[in-house]
Amino acid sequence: MIVEQNPIRDKIMAEKTNDSKYVVSVKDLTKKFGSFTAVNKISFDVTKGEIFGFLGANGAGKTTAIKMLIGLSKPSSGTAIVAGYDVIKNPEKVKYKIGYMSQKFSLYDDLKVFENIRLYAGIYGIPSKEIKSKINNLIEELGMEDMRNKLVGDLPLGWKQKLAFAVAMVHDPPIVFLDEPTSGVDPITRRQFWEMIYKASEKGITVFITTHYLDEAEYCTRASIMVDGVIEALDTPTKLKENLGVKSMQEVFVKLARG
Amino acid sequence: MRSILIILRKEFLQIIRNKTILPLLFIMPFIQLILLGFAADFEVKNLNLHVIDNDQSTYSRGLISKFSGSPYFNIVNFSFRDRDGMQDIKKGDADLIIEIPTDFEKKLVNRESSPIHLSIDAVNGVKASLANAYSNMIIRDFNLELLQKTTGKVLLSPIGISSINWFNPSMNYSTFMVPGILVLLMTMVGIFLTAMIVVREKEIGTIEQLNVTPIKKHQFIIGKLLPFLVIAMIELIIGLIVAKLIFHIEFQGSLLLVYAFALAYMPVVLGIGLFISTLSNTQQQAMFISWFFYVVFILMSGLFTPIDSMPSWAQKITWFNPIKYFIEFMRMVLLKGSTFKDVTPHFIIMAIYGVVINALAVWNYKKVSD
Repeated sequence: MIVEQNPIRDKIMAEKTNDSKYVVSVKDLTKKFGSFTAVNKISFDVTKGEIFGFLGANGAGKTTAIKMLIGLSKPSSGTAIVAGYDVIKNPEKVKYKIGYMSQKFSLYDDLKVFENIRLYAGIYGIPSKEIKSKINNLIEELGMEDMRNKLVGDLPLGWKQKLAFAVAMVHDPPIVFLDEPTSGVDPITRRQFWEMIYKASEKGITVFITTHYLDEAEYCTRASIMVDGVIEALDTPTKLKENLGVKSMQEVFVKLARG
Repeated sequence: MRSILIILRKEFLQIIRNKTILPLLFIMPFIQLILLGFAADFEVKNLNLHVIDNDQSTYSRGLISKFSGSPYFNIVNFSFRDRDGMQDIKKGDADLIIEIPTDFEKKLVNRESSPIHLSIDAVNGVKASLANAYSNMIIRDFNLELLQKTTGKVLLSPIGISSINWFNPSMNYSTFMVPGILVLLMTMVGIFLTAMIVVREKEIGTIEQLNVTPIKKHQFIIGKLLPFLVIAMIELIIGLIVAKLIFHIEFQGSLLLVYAFALAYMPVVLGIGLFISTLSNTQQQAMFISWFFYVVFILMSGLFTPIDSMPSWAQKITWFNPIKYFIEFMRMVLLKGSTFKDVTPHFIIMAIYGVVINALAVWNYKKVSD
């Protein structure tokens, strides 16, 4: 019933991304809402395979920045190259190469676990034959064999979040953006979630993550701290702590965020 | 094409699993169709009459029996005082009072004219004018008979009027209303459900997840709208069966033509629903905007009040009312047996309307926010 082939996807997936050292390369990226500047000229690069922490208080501009990187929001000025494509010039091409998990749970509650996976695999243009094995593999990896035919709405939050993460990566993107993926999740699930993140990172997938839990910031390869729309500090967790002469990321955050 | 099918499968799964939408789609419309088809009747019968007969004569009783013998009047009360009659009208027990003066018979026998007083409750103007017309008819008949009796001649009105009601010979209101109500039901599916279901994805946040995928706007929109086109067509088919079996409406024109027009009509209302959804952020907003348009469309559709009797500026507004075209079309094709040649303009207007409104909706639907 469904025609195979997706020339656009095949072409984009086959295209060599130019300088492959950076997966994300942002320069002077700015977003203004009227007279309010939510994101003010931020610049940074993210290397392949990194777990890049994007920290900041509520309203610091993290979500706005992420939305510009994934093509949901149009930057007011500046440039952002994500997975080899300029998000302003080629927002639709970028979308084949990124995964995204929003802070609001956004799978369909009234679809079953395998139907959600099938839906997104289909939308990303994965051929029907591969979709079947994809579903089986994902469900097995997640350990959700007995939940395969359950409606997603009936799953506990922890399972939902793990599934959402897997679905965000159903098309094997080189980079995945996670916007507060662990908020409201119990410590055990959070731990399992981070194991999934590490696994992805080992496979060479770059993980771009925002979080409120500062202990999680310690797990990142590098972390940036955003305050009032600007990046105040960006380094490895160890260096960030050394530079400010404190013991934990918690203290780093409080020092920077309080000014 | 494949992406559209994928979205379609998702939509159908969701519609089937939704415990409120399915009954909403298939049970409610038919309750409405049957209810309105029988109840929405403009014919005024059973006018309640209060009689004040001050004469109590053979003549006055003769006149009163004419009223009581008519299917349009119900005599509810007799009295001898104006005040009692007015009391009945104020209470709503009577719609009109007929007052016959004391010397009614005497004057008529003496070949004088005698006035009869009619007081009609005109709160409902249509009903009042009909009550007036029916009473006049009965009194005129009575007059004529009286003249024949007293003069002994057979009198005929110089001009005889005989009328035939074409296309709806028995003046059956359900024949007139049911096709129109069917149009309203299809429109409801189109505008409300489309608006609500797209906004629902915004409200839950799932639309954001779709917006970061490479899916194209038109794929998403077609996948979203097509199920409702299918559902509306099924409703039309069932509705026409109901019209035939329950209301015994004789279809004059081609049913195929009706389906063809429905296929041209649905994209217009789906487009309106979609446009409303792009304007709203919550289902509540979508609901209110939909209601606004729906009510205006219905009241200006010509279903309840003829468009010809609207002021000319209002008639111009009805040019933008898709319901008006469909109701006109239904009456022309189903009742009058018009053919494609007669309704070509309707098809052309729907085609243009459909393209414009959908273009507007797609343009206003944003994957990327500014």
